[in-house]
Amino acid sequence: MSRKSYMQAINEALAQEMERDPTVVVFGEDNVGGTGSPGEIDAWGGVMGVTKGLYGKFPNQILDTPISESAFIGAAAGAACSGLRPVAELMFVDFMGVCFDQIFNQAAKFRYMFGGKARTPMVIRTMYGAGIRAASQHSQALYPIFTHIPGLKVVIPSNPYDAKGLLIASIRDDDPVIFFENKVLYAIEGEVPDEPYTIPLGEAEIVREGEDVTIVAIGRMVSMAEQAAASLADDGIEVEIVDPRTLSPLDEDTIYESVENTGRLVVVDEAYPRCSMASDISALVAQNCFEHLKAAPKMVTAPHTPPPFSGSLEDLYVPDPEKVANAVRETVGQGVAS
Amino acid sequence: MSEAKALTKLGMPKWGLSMTEGTVVQWLVEEGAELNNGDEVVEVESEKINNAVETPAPGVLRRRVAKEGDVLPVGALLGVIADASVPDEEIDAYVEEFQANFVPEEEEAGGPEPQTVEVGGKRIQYLKVGEGEGTPLLLLHGFGGDTNIWIFNQEALAEGGRTVYAVDLPGHGGSTKDVGEGDLASLVGTVAGFMDEMGIEKAHLFGHSMGGAVAASFAIRHPERVQSLSLIASAGLGEEINGEYIEGFIAANRRKEMKNVLGLLFANPDLVNRQLVNDVIRFKRLDGVDEALRKIADNLFPSGRQADVPDLAGVEVPMLVVWGREDKIVPVSHSENAPANARVEVLDETGHMPQMEAAGQTNRLIGEFLDSQEG
Amino acid sequence: MTESEVAGARERHEELDKGALLDAYRTMRTIRDFEERLHTEFATGEIPGFVHLYAGEEAIAAGFMAHLDGDDYVASTHRGHGHSIAKGCDVKGMMFEIYGKDAGICRGKGGSMHIADLDKGMLGANGIVGGGPPLVCGVGLSAKVRGTDQVAVSFTGDGGANQGTVFESMNLASAWDLPVIFVIENNGYAEATAQAFSSKGIDIAKRADGFSMPGVVVDGHDFFAVHEAAGEAIRRARQGGGPSLIECKVNRYYGHFEGDAQTYRGENEVENVRKEKDCLMLFRQRVTSAGLLDEAELDKIDEEVKNLIDEAVREAKEAPEPSPENLTTDVYVSY
Repeated sequence: MSRKSYMQAINEALAQEMERDPTVVVFGEDNVGGTGSPGEIDAWGGVMGVTKGLYGKFPNQILDTPISESAFIGAAAGAACSGLRPVAELMFVDFMGVCFDQIFNQAAKFRYMFGGKARTPMVIRTMYGAGIRAASQHSQALYPIFTHIPGLKVVIPSNPYDAKGLLIASIRDDDPVIFFENKVLYAIEGEVPDEPYTIPLGEAEIVREGEDVTIVAIGRMVSMAEQAAASLADDGIEVEIVDPRTLSPLDEDTIYESVENTGRLVVVDEAYPRCSMASDISALVAQNCFEHLKAAPKMVTAPHTPPPFSGSLEDLYVPDPEKVANAVRETVGQGVAS
Repeated sequence: MSEAKALTKLGMPKWGLSMTEGTVVQWLVEEGAELNNGDEVVEVESEKINNAVETPAPGVLRRRVAKEGDVLPVGALLGVIADASVPDEEIDAYVEEFQANFVPEEEEAGGPEPQTVEVGGKRIQYLKVGEGEGTPLLLLHGFGGDTNIWIFNQEALAEGGRTVYAVDLPGHGGSTKDVGEGDLASLVGTVAGFMDEMGIEKAHLFGHSMGGAVAASFAIRHPERVQSLSLIASAGLGEEINGEYIEGFIAANRRKEMKNVLGLLFANPDLVNRQLVNDVIRFKRLDGVDEALRKIADNLFPSGRQADVPDLAGVEVPMLVVWGREDKIVPVSHSENAPANARVEVLDETGHMPQMEAAGQTNRLIGEFLDSQEG
Repeated sequence: MTESEVAGARERHEELDKGALLDAYRTMRTIRDFEERLHTEFATGEIPGFVHLYAGEEAIAAGFMAHLDGDDYVASTHRGHGHSIAKGCDVKGMMFEIYGKDAGICRGKGGSMHIADLDKGMLGANGIVGGGPPLVCGVGLSAKVRGTDQVAVSFTGDGGANQGTVFESMNLASAWDLPVIFVIENNGYAEATAQAFSSKGIDIAKRADGFSMPGVVVDGHDFFAVHEAAGEAIRRARQGGGPSLIECKVNRYYGHFEGDAQTYRGENEVENVRKEKDCLMLFRQRVTSAGLLDEAELDKIDEEVKNLIDEAVREAKEAPEPSPENLTTDVYVSY
């Protein structure tokens, strides 16, 4: 056990799975970062350096790709059907527009269309999230779109420990998995075992226990919820934070159990508000926990607006602990007296 | 400085390597209460488990400095114990001076870290605490446990110049998940190999639960390497064992299931906190753990019975047997099966984990047991 | 005779010995009868959904598959029946599938446009034009990483040839040196739009040069021409020589899909091709005139295939529908 960053945890998961299973193959734009160049071959290790160093250990299991997302994401699907466990990197999830067909018409549907005969064990790692002034085409949180598609699994770790365990579980999973990495989280550190381990897909984590309000927070928003919870505790409001960890499958039971206990729900989701995880979870809770609710579910999300460039605007754009705390206070202050 | 001696600090304890702070749950005695050695004064929740802090010295609890609900760093002042004759002003001055000068220890500053050693080509993790010339102590955890089960004991036992090793058995903690044959003999072999690697000729062996069966079996095979044998809620003294616990532990993968399973370990199941459950779940998710536990359980506890009950009759080393009266895993009646030369202690209101649930008492019993051999 | 023996070539036939010729003929005849029968049956209204027929293009499927083993892979198009039959998919299973029945090769969940059998190396007909080429790049990568001599072939139409995925895939296959063959079946029409317009009528094979791979044009009506060109490209791929592009110029006998009135086609366009270039006719003439096979052997195959298709249609009509609980199964391996 030692402290590792979210990025190191992901790198270690990839390395350990490539070591364990020679059919685990990693590719994407600049994943080696320098193939065919006159200088250093393993120069980049991905645009953020997540795969840095893997080439040295596994030269036959990691490849650079041309900037052709349709081709190499589709290649991941084809490879998965023919004996590999590919881990393809779609650099920024915003780029899904150019390869969405290969994900949702091909990989996601093989098993159903082929009458249950296909297995498509592939992982697409992709970065999401605002906060680094990357503007509208490099900052979105598009996981609801993938969650919408039957046949895909959607995984979104909020911390280094989960990142490693969920990535290993995703690689070993026999269905296509979209693995969302928040670019702002890469540097955060936590305790991560050195040995390989798995976290089951479809199991939420209760990050903090509390009796008054349930916060369901996704990805980086978990830390916003934790900060809000600390300040709310000073005011005597105890929140319970549920981190779903995987959006498809979604651990509905854990969310319902928590809401049945607290009677109040705030969902914190960095994505756009319409057709989002926030709206989905709110609707599920309204349908399934109505008699336990003391107030209407609240959503804290980005506005229905593309991510802005200017820091002064972007800082307003992403949900922050204050907005979360305000939403919690509002829900505590409204509705049926408890 | 006779006044200084008359004042004793009741501090936030450090239970285990990772503990940096604790929460004051509840005062167990009122200000002004007379305290004798071993009396529990305040309940503290560490990240691992709740436990009671015992008075470090006899006297009167003159101040309850910490408030219930306070989260305080290790070493912080919880209360002050002094003779009734010490004036209040002196107590106040002591508190004031302490609070003005107290600097919490830096996180993980210089404490012992787990280390690893290759035993028969396989990684074994251990934690060494204390330095001493005498025969070292070797602590062996039970099924599903690791060195953390000794967090309330290892430092206490090391006080006064003893070297105390706690070992993660194969399949457990930070050790290899390759358990080989996964039977008692292979576990005994690992312990022997560990002692060889560490240059330990002879040790005081301590075994909890399954670790007790390992220790006992070791003593039968290698009596010359055992200075004394302490068996805590030990397996190996009878056939019964709670098969539901063993199977439940292997099967549980969700927090709620595991909390219920771990609750069986204690007379008071409320002692099991989130972090303990989390740690066990995290251990169980490591590659190879399920298979390792399965193999060991199939060998040692097939069909919910203990397969291998070593005959301790011929073992002549000094022996201590400690049991919790409310043990729900291995029945306390097995304490009656200890050889005649053993000192047997049964602790009230204690379950399968006396070294945690009645840490102070257990530490004292062990201390006396060791002192009696030296004396 | 088992069903699979009736269906056609499953063995690799690099040399055209007698067995290979019989297999090739059986494959082409099975495809032709399958498609013509569907054309008739579709008109009765009993076949649901979209059906795109391969009739007229049989020599391409037969010519390529003759070089492939069971563990080589093929990605097809929406016009996929021919590739599926030639790659060894069960003919009755396919017919059941097209009728949407539970015993279908995809349990009635895929239909005509998604016929697939991964165990046979059939990665699927594909409802997305240009959907297949990226997939075969993955198969090629898999073969390369695992150190096998497997190859993968993608079939794309002249319409699909203008999809970005096809360009991207040819480039990727070239960059990665993959054992992949891109086959363009240029039947002159992307749906109703002529290739003369949509690609300026160029030889699509010329595009190979832009991706640093060999590109050839062959007559898609001529089994022997296809077989030769396919053999060369597939051998090269197996030996690590990288990808190739082969454009097969051909005609389709029916519309883009069944129900297409084909008013965009020239007068007697199809009739003339049928008379002059029909692949079965050309094949029969060539093998009998060269004394390689006799008429009786071929007639016997015609008879067997006819019976097989009759049986397949009769059974498919009578076969049970999928049960309601199948609606939500087979979405995930585990969920």
